[in-house]
Amino acid sequence: MNKKQKKMLIRIIVATVLIVLLELLPVEGMLKFVLFLIPYLVIGYDILKKAVKGILNKQVFDENFLMAVATVGAIALGDFEEGVAVMLFYQIGELFQSYAVGKSRRNISQLMDIRPDYANIEEDGSLVKVDPDEVELGTVIVVQPGEKIPIDGIIVEGNTSLNTTALTGESLPRDAKEGEEVISGCVNMTGLIKIRTTKEFGESTVSKILDLVENASSKKSKSEQFITKFARYYTPAVCYGALALALLPPVIRMVFLNLTPEWGNWILRALTFLVISCPCALVISIPLSFFAGIGGAGNAGILIKGSNYLETLSKTDCVVFDKTGTMTQGVFEVAGVHHNTMDKEKLLEYAALAESYSSHPISKSLQKAYGKELDTSRVTDVEEIGGNGVTAKVDGVLVAAGNARLMEKLEISFEECHSVGTVVHVAIDGAYAGHILISDMIKPTAKEAILELKKAGVSKTVMLTGDMDNVAKQVAEELKIDEVHSQLLPADKVSIVEKLLGETKKNGKLAFVGDGINDAPVLSRADIGIAMGALGSDAAIEAADVVLMDDDPIKIAKAIQISRKCLRIVYENIAFALGVKAVCLVLGALGIAGMWMAIFADVGVMVIAVLNAIRALFVKK
Amino acid sequence: MKKTYKIEVDCANCANKMEEAAKKTPGVKDAVVNFMALKMAVEFEEGEDPKAVMETVLKNCKKVEDDCEIYL
Repeated sequence: MNKKQKKMLIRIIVATVLIVLLELLPVEGMLKFVLFLIPYLVIGYDILKKAVKGILNKQVFDENFLMAVATVGAIALGDFEEGVAVMLFYQIGELFQSYAVGKSRRNISQLMDIRPDYANIEEDGSLVKVDPDEVELGTVIVVQPGEKIPIDGIIVEGNTSLNTTALTGESLPRDAKEGEEVISGCVNMTGLIKIRTTKEFGESTVSKILDLVENASSKKSKSEQFITKFARYYTPAVCYGALALALLPPVIRMVFLNLTPEWGNWILRALTFLVISCPCALVISIPLSFFAGIGGAGNAGILIKGSNYLETLSKTDCVVFDKTGTMTQGVFEVAGVHHNTMDKEKLLEYAALAESYSSHPISKSLQKAYGKELDTSRVTDVEEIGGNGVTAKVDGVLVAAGNARLMEKLEISFEECHSVGTVVHVAIDGAYAGHILISDMIKPTAKEAILELKKAGVSKTVMLTGDMDNVAKQVAEELKIDEVHSQLLPADKVSIVEKLLGETKKNGKLAFVGDGINDAPVLSRADIGIAMGALGSDAAIEAADVVLMDDDPIKIAKAIQISRKCLRIVYENIAFALGVKAVCLVLGALGIAGMWMAIFADVGVMVIAVLNAIRALFVKK
Repeated sequence: MKKTYKIEVDCANCANKMEEAAKKTPGVKDAVVNFMALKMAVEFEEGEDPKAVMETVLKNCKKVEDDCEIYL
């Protein structure tokens, strides 16, 4: 609790104690009025002051005004207890709301805790702290263990593990060594590293993300716009309604029905009406729900650029994926070794050594699968056979590694591979030794991600890829994706998304998920563009509406689940608040609901709506 | 030109009111109040002095919501 809230809490306690004491005192009439004025002023002086100021500044119809009129009216009519109680409960509600908002704000700002305060520069052998904004491009900065990396760059010295939790929600540390690119916002955990900056601070990942988060609520959702508009007409309408309720019935009774006017009764009803009508439950809980939803998503490493996007995301009916980098890892890996006549490891070792002079991705993946340091001195007589493969002597043994054409050329009989991917046939001393299958690996969570999407109510999943037909079909089949389009050029992706947009149901929205490389046009064309693995990709952060900080496809489903939950809460709150108020307004006008019911309709509804809104913050990890 | 200021305000509705008031202030092209981050981003008209404009913005905001603060 902050100072303001503590002060309010003390006022509430003092007023409550005073009221209880006064209830026990046998006082009546004028004395009671004067005595009750003490707790009333203790609890409500600021509301009265604000109401007067509002009138002076021509801002008449606000909550303060409603509360001031209702409580002053009740006291004037002799209902001292009720007048004071209304004010007391109103203040309790306000305190609770401000506490709840502050609490969720703090939760969300944990995400924004990534702002680095300084950068270390080495000057004459000692470290100097400077403003990251002042660091020029290409400067070498020093990051000590426990410090945040302030600016994007490449490690020029040192190895370490990086904690990316604040950025990705991922708790496993990531290793980084010399020559690797690192992004700002990560926390350096173990070793001292020196980084040559490749971007200015303003262009660095951390600045982009902060900018995005800070502007998140500037794009308002339709629900929020509805509430703002609603409040603009609602409050004056209710005030005039209350005025009419206070004046018309007594006048009609007097003039037309020849009855006693019962002014007191009708004015009391009008005041009850005013208390019930206070729109705070709606006005606070709807933005708070979105605010909490965006915050909860942020904590899970999902950045949503505005509550309007959260709203659109919740209506997602069709999800279109890019294959490479989204569903698959986009890196080639050894998927299997088949028909091998020797030990699998031995075959990999030969192939990796034979290919060790090549920088082709295939040879990289062979080296990775081999997993040990390659001793290139064991390799001699390397001969690259353009487009087909390589022959070399490894430890004096002739090794040939390459595609089917290489085997045909060397007149070695080989086994065809039935799996999809790139095949490296290996022959040793002119005899076939088996083949190694290299393919783009499907991400381990991809299958589960598609399942989760279906569970979240997405009716159609589509995969787009520039890859060959058979590769695409196999991936789609394995992942149970409904529709595949393969061998596409980047421009084709846009036209397919446009076609799919035309096919989606009236209220269903289409989301496109890409890794942000080459698909900026598609990201902006779809109803909602989701970029994943956005760490370090500025284009994706800019073009997308939703940014997944890491490249785990399960986050797509999670983002949709979060948005659905948030919107459900929003609708619940709108329906609940409006429903209870409408019922109470009618009961109040008919004289059935008294001031106590009115207090529940105001403060009770607000507290429940706020508690409900806060649920949006909690995201299952 | 665009500048961001830290603000202090208690409720979402009051934040909306501040935004309205800031938008209507002469010299302000656009203003966005972020209740979540407690920040106000103001875009100024060409050639206006942000300092002078912000004084008026603060005054106008105080008019609609007495309990607010903008840290200039």
